[in-house]
Amino acid sequence: MDPKALRYTKTHEWAAMSGDIVTVGISNFAADQLQDITYIKLPAAGDSVTADRSFGEIETVKAVSDLYAPVSGTVTEVNQQAADTPELIKSSPFGDGWLVRIRVAPGSTLNHLQSYDDYQKQIASEAH
Amino acid sequence: MANARTPLYDWHVGHKARMVEFGGWDMPVQYTSILDEHAAVRNSAGLFDISHMGRLSFGGPDALDLIQHVYTNNAATMKDFQARYGLICNEHGGIRDDVLVYRWPYGWAMVVNASNREKIVGWLLEKKGNRNVQIADQTLDTAMVAVQGPRAIAICAGMFEADPSQLKYYFAAPTRYKGKQCVVSRTGYTGEAGLEVMIGKSAAIELWEDLVARGGKPCGLGARDTLRLEAAMPLYGHELNESLNPLQAGLNWAVKFDKGDFIGRDALLQAQQRSDPVRIGLEVQGKRAAREGAAVLKDGQEIGKVTSGAFSPTLQRVIAMAYVPPDSASVGTQLQVDIRGDKANALVVRLPFYQRPKA
Repeated sequence: MDPKALRYTKTHEWAAMSGDIVTVGISNFAADQLQDITYIKLPAAGDSVTADRSFGEIETVKAVSDLYAPVSGTVTEVNQQAADTPELIKSSPFGDGWLVRIRVAPGSTLNHLQSYDDYQKQIASEAH
Repeated sequence: MANARTPLYDWHVGHKARMVEFGGWDMPVQYTSILDEHAAVRNSAGLFDISHMGRLSFGGPDALDLIQHVYTNNAATMKDFQARYGLICNEHGGIRDDVLVYRWPYGWAMVVNASNREKIVGWLLEKKGNRNVQIADQTLDTAMVAVQGPRAIAICAGMFEADPSQLKYYFAAPTRYKGKQCVVSRTGYTGEAGLEVMIGKSAAIELWEDLVARGGKPCGLGARDTLRLEAAMPLYGHELNESLNPLQAGLNWAVKFDKGDFIGRDALLQAQQRSDPVRIGLEVQGKRAAREGAAVLKDGQEIGKVTSGAFSPTLQRVIAMAYVPPDSASVGTQLQVDIRGDKANALVVRLPFYQRPKA
């Protein structure tokens, strides 16, 4: 996935739409913050997710972070490889480290999410 | 007000440590990975900047009397150069701090938690009365470094005039590092063998860089927490606070009722007649950490709370400490922990979770 072509939540998830399937992962900014991942909880195929609500969690030695759904819909696919080898999320957050695929209602868009440029502005102000 | 900084602050920042506020100080949480740093201490030698901890010295003929008055353990039976763990309690037997007392031929020293330094200094001055004792807070003029792990003593070979391999456990030696006065003690907070070194602040960076060059791996507070948790060492603010007494915390061995009166003694004698909640160790099923504040349940009812918990890198399972009523505290008791809304099974286990095998 080309990061510049993706859309972003304020909580560091990225989304890419193809037809009525949205692929979701976390940005490299978020992945870099995660050291020592000990556990990942992802939904199962068939589960419903709701935009802006937690659909899973990533836990490190220090803390648990919720994963927030960028869209509402039904989970069609879960990246079990990423769940089993969390290092993938760190090494390839925009590629093999994707997390879930969600089927959304026909006609849905990602316009409510931030562009790459707006997201870069957000993380520039957050990083310290 | 800005946080305090140790003499090694610039070194930590320059080496890309992730910094965090702790007890009023800017401290390194990790340099690389908490799991790597934890493993270095268990398998080799890790270094910790513990300069934030309070270092107090006592002089004068009534120093022992004051220490005995505020301290639950018996300082009078300590040998010169010995270190001993104990509590400082309030009148209700609640824990104000857990401390190490050191006995010198010419005086005494006490190492206290960073977060309690001002509180304890104030307490000592308040309880001094007209005793002939001088108390000095050496914290801001000194640094303290811990070297911990199976190779800790070996990497220090030849560093000090005294030979640390000759030091007995919980003994200290005033000595010199490159001509500079320091104190080296066989103490630590990781469950591994090792040393703690107190030295003037101007020598801190040289000492630290020397230890790094000798193979010590810089480790932060993140690893310090997972290490001490595995060794079931209590942390003030979690397993210890002013509403908990040493008997509840399982620190009866550090309370010597027969040494004479001390602040809290009467309250602790009365506490012996009660069934207050006691500290337990839990092994939790699953991979999600039970953390501070998580409810501990028995038959669906909350009976206590987790005080510390994490995924243990050495044991590869989730461990936690909690306080529960004594009738739920026996090893083998099946309990549950509520982790963010989901209940995980938990088993009461013997403490410590991890103990270094005797060589």
